[in-house]
Amino acid sequence: MTHIVVFTRNTPDTAAKVEVGANGAVTWGTAQLVLNPWDEYSITEAVLQRDAHKGKATVISIGGEAHNDALKQALAIGMDEAIRIESAAEHDALTFATLAAAAVRKLGDVSLIIFGKEFVDSSSDAHIYMTARKLGWHAIGAVSKILALDFAAQRIRVERMIEEGKQVVSTRLPCVISVLKDINEPKSPSFIGIRKASKAAIPVWTAAELGVSLSAPAVQISAYRNLPVRSGMCQIIEGGSDQEKAEKLIDILLKEKAL
Amino acid sequence: MSSIFVWIDHFRGKALPASWEAISAAQRLGDQITALVFGSGIGNLVTLAFHYGAHKVIACEDATLADYRLEPYAALLVKLVNDHAPRAVLSGATTRGRELLAAAAAETDSSLLADVTELSIEGETIKAVHPAYAGKVLSDLVATSRTVFVTLRSRAFPLPQLDASRSGEVINVASVMPAEQIATQIESFEEQRGSVNLTDAAIIVTGGRAVGSAEGFAPVRELAEVLGGAVGATRAAVDAGYIPYAHQVGQTGKVVSPTLYIAAGVSGSIQHQAGMRTSKIIVAINKDPEAPIFKIAHYGIVGDLFKVLPALSAAARAKLGK
Repeated sequence: MTHIVVFTRNTPDTAAKVEVGANGAVTWGTAQLVLNPWDEYSITEAVLQRDAHKGKATVISIGGEAHNDALKQALAIGMDEAIRIESAAEHDALTFATLAAAAVRKLGDVSLIIFGKEFVDSSSDAHIYMTARKLGWHAIGAVSKILALDFAAQRIRVERMIEEGKQVVSTRLPCVISVLKDINEPKSPSFIGIRKASKAAIPVWTAAELGVSLSAPAVQISAYRNLPVRSGMCQIIEGGSDQEKAEKLIDILLKEKAL
Repeated sequence: MSSIFVWIDHFRGKALPASWEAISAAQRLGDQITALVFGSGIGNLVTLAFHYGAHKVIACEDATLADYRLEPYAALLVKLVNDHAPRAVLSGATTRGRELLAAAAAETDSSLLADVTELSIEGETIKAVHPAYAGKVLSDLVATSRTVFVTLRSRAFPLPQLDASRSGEVINVASVMPAEQIATQIESFEEQRGSVNLTDAAIIVTGGRAVGSAEGFAPVRELAEVLGGAVGATRAAVDAGYIPYAHQVGQTGKVVSPTLYIAAGVSGSIQHQAGMRTSKIIVAINKDPEAPIFKIAHYGIVGDLFKVLPALSAAARAKLGK
């Protein structure tokens, strides 16, 4: 079956000024919550592959009601169905993976899960590989292109970016991949898509319905802190010519042992 | 005595510096450091692991492990963790390290402290700091499982001192997944042309929108070459097609932390800052003295990058004797 799943969530807009308030909670002022930026690529890729293979594409969020907006955005871009899994606001990657794997098992006919590179709020990609492991599926991260996807033969062939260059990697479906910005030109919501999304009812699944009993998280966040304030001002290098300024700067950098 | 495993990430026998940095991070957690070296033709890496401070090496020399593939690597790592129950397993937060340690942590239902910049142990608890919200705030993490997996951000921990006189016990182990059971195949590889890996680079010279064209990157590349650094770019420059995405620094690119970051023609959006603000020394070159980049820079030159960068290359050549 050509059923593709994408997991997404709402995150503060990338231009938001994020800081820790007096009560220790993370705030982003009046900035909007938006679809996790990396997921514009995973959702677009799921829609493109769904169209190419005449399959089905489902988007899932794990968390509170705030994530419905991300799900509706994904529907407006072209995903077929959305599901929200109710969960406490902050769950660690292992909890995410346990719930995600249970949801995919419940769907039953999924052969490909596409993740964006990371969730920008937790700034983490661990949930991707943990989800694959909890399902016992193969996983390929940092995919910059899907070269071949054959649901009948159950194979996928991709280009993957590693520190040293690009690899062509193939594996068996079912499989979990994470995709990079290079993979496509993100689709915008269509007018018809927005109308469809606004009417969509989003089913909510609970951990209990998925047969998951959650234990205490394996990793806890004990506190959030603001970044240390950078001391000192920028020293503007003055001089009569660009050459003089350049020489002064190189001297300073040599003295600072930066070169 | 607390045993700490460090997985050595390498590509065809060449280790990523983050792997050796992980040995110095391991020294904060325990006094018995075991390097795990998997692959084919790994003798040199085993020797280097001792030189960088490992007390023991568990080596798995096997053709099926020549190229990193998640399935056989994870199967072997999980077996070693189950057999030896180390207090922690560390690796660099590299592409491979992130995948492998997350998979092994999930398999063993263990805590994973991912992409951390600080690490400590207090009694039974391992603590770490992870920059969250694209580096805009810090989160303090606490892990309590029997074995804790940790990936370390590149350049957040010092490279240990090399000591060529050191050696130790090598334990050779067999791989656990037979070749015919491994579904993943590496079909080909194309090396990144003439670039230093951004996340490992001590010096990065970045061009922003103001470089104006692909050719406009020439003075950026020239200075990077003179200084032995890597070439970075802003999202604006990448989206305009001046340079490939692999060079992008920022919230939707790479997060870097070099000793010296030179930003030329970079305005300094909050998204770009998210990728470079932990750099030790930031130099801004911009025509606009009001550009936000000057607010986080340590040194600045107000001027035209097409004049200032060549002047810097010339001055560096003269003073560095190149």
